[in-house]
Amino acid sequence: MLREMSETPTVPDAAPRLVRPAAGRVVAGVAQGAAAQLRLDPVVLRLSFVLLTVVNGLGVVAYAALWMFTPKEQVKGPEPARDWGQFAAYGVLWMAVAGFGWITGASDGGIGTWPIAAGGIGALILWQQADPGRRQRWMTGAVRKVSASWVRTLIGALLIVVGAIGFLAASGELAKAKTGLVFTAVVVGGMLMIAAPWLATLVKELQRERTERIRQEERAEVAAHVHDSVLHTLTLIQRNAHDSREVTRLARSQERELRNWLYQPKQDADATLAAAVRRVAAEEEDAHGVPIEIVCVGDCDLDESLGALLQAARQAMVNAARYSGAPVISVYAEVEPDEVTVFIRDRGKGFDMDAVPADRMGIRQSIIGRMERNGGGARIRTEPGDGTEVMLTMKRAS
Amino acid sequence: MKTVRVLIVDDHRLFRSGVRAELGPSIQVVGEAEDVESAVASIAELKPDVVLLDVHMPGGGGQEVLRRVLGAGSQVRFLALSVSDAAEDVIGVIRGGARGYVTKTISGAELTDAIVRVSEGDAVFSPRLAGFVLDAFASTEAPPIDPELDSLTQREREVLRLIARGYAYKEIAKELFISVKTVETHVSSVLRKLQLSNRHELSRWATARRLV
Repeated sequence: MLREMSETPTVPDAAPRLVRPAAGRVVAGVAQGAAAQLRLDPVVLRLSFVLLTVVNGLGVVAYAALWMFTPKEQVKGPEPARDWGQFAAYGVLWMAVAGFGWITGASDGGIGTWPIAAGGIGALILWQQADPGRRQRWMTGAVRKVSASWVRTLIGALLIVVGAIGFLAASGELAKAKTGLVFTAVVVGGMLMIAAPWLATLVKELQRERTERIRQEERAEVAAHVHDSVLHTLTLIQRNAHDSREVTRLARSQERELRNWLYQPKQDADATLAAAVRRVAAEEEDAHGVPIEIVCVGDCDLDESLGALLQAARQAMVNAARYSGAPVISVYAEVEPDEVTVFIRDRGKGFDMDAVPADRMGIRQSIIGRMERNGGGARIRTEPGDGTEVMLTMKRAS
Repeated sequence: MKTVRVLIVDDHRLFRSGVRAELGPSIQVVGEAEDVESAVASIAELKPDVVLLDVHMPGGGGQEVLRRVLGAGSQVRFLALSVSDAAEDVIGVIRGGARGYVTKTISGAELTDAIVRVSEGDAVFSPRLAGFVLDAFASTEAPPIDPELDSLTQREREVLRLIARGYAYKEIAKELFISVKTVETHVSSVLRKLQLSNRHELSRWATARRLV
């Protein structure tokens, strides 16, 4: 700390020295350096140089002088490339203004110069009013961004029109006004004709790029998903190839997961009934290895009593998976305006309700009791050899 | 019992041979096709009783086959078969003219049964399709434009609910104290409504499901 301080003498810099930075330069970095010194946007100075150049080449002289007297900023490593996009933009701007100056004779100074000044000031105001983010957007990648090109084209056209009107007002001659208008129209039209195909290509190119990017992002998402889940499951299946039950379970759970990802709305599993029914069924399917087919009609938010309904439904699924011996269980949940109904059905062996011992809590407590405590109802239809269907109903809280 | 002549249209060869092997003796597979072009050509040439139609295929999918074959006035019957659970796929092929929709997880015996039923002019609804239809016709706040087409009767709703609950037609008949034939009539009537109703909710509903 101390050593460092002694090695680097701290001379308080009142104002930074005028240097020409290499990064982001358009020609030689003169405007950028001067702008940093004056705490201005370099664009302001660049535009000033361009406009001054039109007036008897004043800008070029000023630029060259500053170039000569300003030292170059020292950079470590390879020198950054010149910003050719901006260079092109300023070049086009200069050509437009010079062309206009030449046509109108404004370059020789005198009263005709004023429209150019007015146009320039207008452009500066526009520039200053834009928020920094937008300004950034206007300036980044002058030849790549279509929006920026459009804005620049618009401003260019506006400048020329303002300049022409200013010129007419200054000269005050009606006959000349006509020719001036014709000139302006020709210049604007010519510019548009030159720029149109280029702009069209840009738009097309950009759209193509955007589509390609979206497609790539989607592909990446799919790839990530396939990698995370499907490939993983396939590996597990190969490893468990001897255990057919486990293989079925893995395949089934992967299928379900993939289906949910592909076809189901992305919902919060704890927020709505349909999602919660699917989640519960998926858990029991995984736990017991019996496929559970779910059909949901309508949906609503979960509340406390529907939570109880869900618990009872889970118990019914567990019973069906454990005891019925059925190869598949059907679950149907329907949300109606005033009521929610869930059916859990299997085509398994069924049982005799009256023969269930009184101490077996599964059906009596976990299903019927729970539903009744929460203001709902449960009905169980079963017969030995004829499968079982549990119907759960719950009034909806209004 | 007369055998039913079936054409299998699916772009997966493995799946076609799997289906072929699983179908019962009452079904005769007369051909296979793997894309829209060959399907349209084979249907015209072989004139099968029933076409087992995959929903997703190169060249426009099952809906394109339906459009071209039924658009040309053919009377062949289609049973859509798909792995997809997407509502717009299901509703799309039914509205395109298929007489039924089953998922590929269906067992061989059930598929045989479904093909025979379609060949007799009946409709085949899987539990999931029944659920979609109930869902689509349930969201009814706007008054129907055509009351006959745009809403389900109480009985049709009951039948669909039982299908969604996993009941077979025979079980539905027993449950509702009606004949199997009557169950079939109700299901066919629902199919017709589904195909003809231009109830805007139906399309809006399908669109909403797509946007998830």
